[in-house]
Amino acid sequence: MADENWKPKIIAIICNWCSYAGADLAGGARIQYPPDIRAVRVMCTGRVDPLFILKAFQDGADGVLVSGCHFGDCHYLEGNYKAAKRMFLLKSVLKNIGLDDKRLRMTFVSASEGAKWGHVMEDVVRTITELGPSPLKELAR
Amino acid sequence: MAEVKKYEEPRIGVFVCHCGTNIAGSINIKAVQEYAKTLPNVIIADDYQYMCSTPGQNKIAEAIKEQKLTGIVVAACSPRLHEPTFRNATKEGGLNPFRFEMANIREQNSWVHMHQPEEATAKAKDAVRIAVAKASLLEDLIPKSVPVEKTAMVVGAGVGGMQAALDLASAGIKTYLVEKEPTIGGKMSQLDKTFPTLDCSQCILTPKMVDVYRHEGIELLTYTEVEAVEGYIGNFDVTLRKKARGVLTPDEATARGIIGGGCTGCGDCTDVCPVIKPNPFELGMAPRKAIYIYHPQVSPLIYTVDFDACVKCGLCVEACGEERKAIDLDAKDELMNVKVGTVVLALGYDIFPIEKKFEWGYKHYDNVITSLEFERLICASGPTGGHLIRPSDGETPKRIAFVLCAGSRDNTGVGKPYCSRFCCMYSLKHAHQIIEKIPGAIPYIFYMDIRSFGKMYEEFYYRIQDEGAKFIRGRVANILEDPVTKNLHVNAEDTLLGRPIDMEVDLVVLAAAVQPSADTEKTRRLFGVSCSQDGWLLEAHPKLNPCGTTTAGVYLAGVCQGPKDIPDTVAQAEGAASAASIPIHRGEVELEPYFAVCMEDKCAGCGLCVNLCPYQALSLIEKDGRTVMHVTEAKCKGCGTCGGFCPGGAIWMQHFATPQIVAQIDAFLLGGEQ
Repeated sequence: MADENWKPKIIAIICNWCSYAGADLAGGARIQYPPDIRAVRVMCTGRVDPLFILKAFQDGADGVLVSGCHFGDCHYLEGNYKAAKRMFLLKSVLKNIGLDDKRLRMTFVSASEGAKWGHVMEDVVRTITELGPSPLKELAR
Repeated sequence: MAEVKKYEEPRIGVFVCHCGTNIAGSINIKAVQEYAKTLPNVIIADDYQYMCSTPGQNKIAEAIKEQKLTGIVVAACSPRLHEPTFRNATKEGGLNPFRFEMANIREQNSWVHMHQPEEATAKAKDAVRIAVAKASLLEDLIPKSVPVEKTAMVVGAGVGGMQAALDLASAGIKTYLVEKEPTIGGKMSQLDKTFPTLDCSQCILTPKMVDVYRHEGIELLTYTEVEAVEGYIGNFDVTLRKKARGVLTPDEATARGIIGGGCTGCGDCTDVCPVIKPNPFELGMAPRKAIYIYHPQVSPLIYTVDFDACVKCGLCVEACGEERKAIDLDAKDELMNVKVGTVVLALGYDIFPIEKKFEWGYKHYDNVITSLEFERLICASGPTGGHLIRPSDGETPKRIAFVLCAGSRDNTGVGKPYCSRFCCMYSLKHAHQIIEKIPGAIPYIFYMDIRSFGKMYEEFYYRIQDEGAKFIRGRVANILEDPVTKNLHVNAEDTLLGRPIDMEVDLVVLAAAVQPSADTEKTRRLFGVSCSQDGWLLEAHPKLNPCGTTTAGVYLAGVCQGPKDIPDTVAQAEGAASAASIPIHRGEVELEPYFAVCMEDKCAGCGLCVNLCPYQALSLIEKDGRTVMHVTEAKCKGCGTCGGFCPGGAIWMQHFATPQIVAQIDAFLLGGEQ
């Protein structure tokens, strides 16, 4: 079991138009959430190459969050559908290599859902904290 | 562009913004700045109170020149706010503006971790490290200029849409004004008077309607809906569905060779039509025929056949006669395509179905009506000729209760959480109207707060108080009907006196909440515009860009963006029209150069990406004896869906290229203090 001071390393790849804007809105509303997630901005979750996620786990990430627009709301029509399909595929890949697939999460947060972004942050950090450090951590060193 | 990029030795400058105490309040700026100096490729790390100010921007430009920097990182607010600002500063320093990367340490850090300074500082260091990693790999990009179509479109012809169309057309831009109803005018044409001036609504609106109809720069397309939208700013390709009207305009008749024919608006057809339907313009309180106009002041004055009701008896065709030959009962919907440079959405609103608040008995008790029904009943051109009556018995009511916030400011989950903003004021106006029209009548206004926020509004409120309207501060708990007299008992708590009230009144008027119009959801999706949780269309920035949307070239006017009264709607419409005219007058727009580029030496020509592209921007071509993918830049919007799936990693997404994103991931997870 991890020591008490252990904090998870979580990377969030989020789309510019919905989730990044939603995260900005959470900031504007001063919604407080755990500081364990680092964001990388892409224009659309459709840009998220499965290899980015595998690379993150290989590098020792304890969790990966991909967050985009709601279905039907994608700024580029359907990028989030394609991303979601890839996430299903990736989850089965993760299971096959012995990683808990809860370490990878896809959420849908719109530009007006600041409060939801706060909930997502709390929930992801809680889930990953419960799972403990990634067993692939050693590989990264 | 096709080969793997080569970079000179990166030289990065990092600038950390205090943003007053917005960032410095919870993040140790000095620690972040000192940390940045230790990062690979970082030549200079500086800080400033407000990086976005002139001295702050000058620091960037000077550092580029003095230190020969190749990349800039500013750790400050969100790139969605100030990326353009700092790109300009980067350009000012003589560097390509796309060699700039922003680390968001305000919206996504200091503001959301206000009580955790250590963790926030550590997160800011990570954010700077991630940004430096990307900035080290950024390349020069040239935005693509595309010509702009010299036409505009306004969707929705209420007062906001009409104003936007008039402004655009008067600025010399050909404007298509699309309206789904058979007439323009919108909700305002249903109103009797307007607050606080008590101008007659029709008197100020109908001249505008005539202006719109006559303006040579406006092509008015009534009874028409948006069917499909393609393209982007400067080049929207919009498919419109002209619904079958069954009646020819004089122009259409001439086009069919019926010289001197077409609808003259005489109404001979409607006199003989045997089918009677409720008139939606009068909210069902008056009849109309299957061939109809909503009211005598419609524009254009052309009749419309309701094909759902029409029995095709042909009496109207006979009445119209051989000379005019205006009626065509076999008319079909027509599709038409228009190309426009920019679009203004003025989609308006609907009334919240207040019967959902069953405790107030709307649709259950005869004498409970909505404010819009009150407008029609008190209006001289309405179904009662302006005599306010009780629906149950036709008597003139003397005691009238107005229930404010009916469905607004309602957190029960049934109504709407927001304030509908204009109900207080029109209810005050209603109170004035009954005092003026019905001797001895007393209006009782049940309110939570009176929001008289505008110019001369508070004065109007005092005036209505002086005129004798009774104000009771308390939300109405329920309304019960006396089954014999059909009078209503309004039960509420007077929160100023702290006691319950049971008041018997003759008529109850519910100031029902407003909600986005029924077509808003469909139309916004066609144009790719986001909406808020309540369904109102989302502006690009609530303060700095209230007319724009996140879709370049699409602007918002009126209530579709959020509840607002007529002056605010018109003001926003003028703002939207002005914004929409800028790209057209400039003649060209710059598109962000986030295009996909095919690295042909890696491309195997499998074509997976071709099917993934939602814009049909990709195709396979033969080049030097091999099949490779080709990008049509004008169609590519830079989403990167192709780049996210290319099995060979052969697609270079400019500014979001795979090495750049992987460098960010590595920088976070492998770099830094392990």
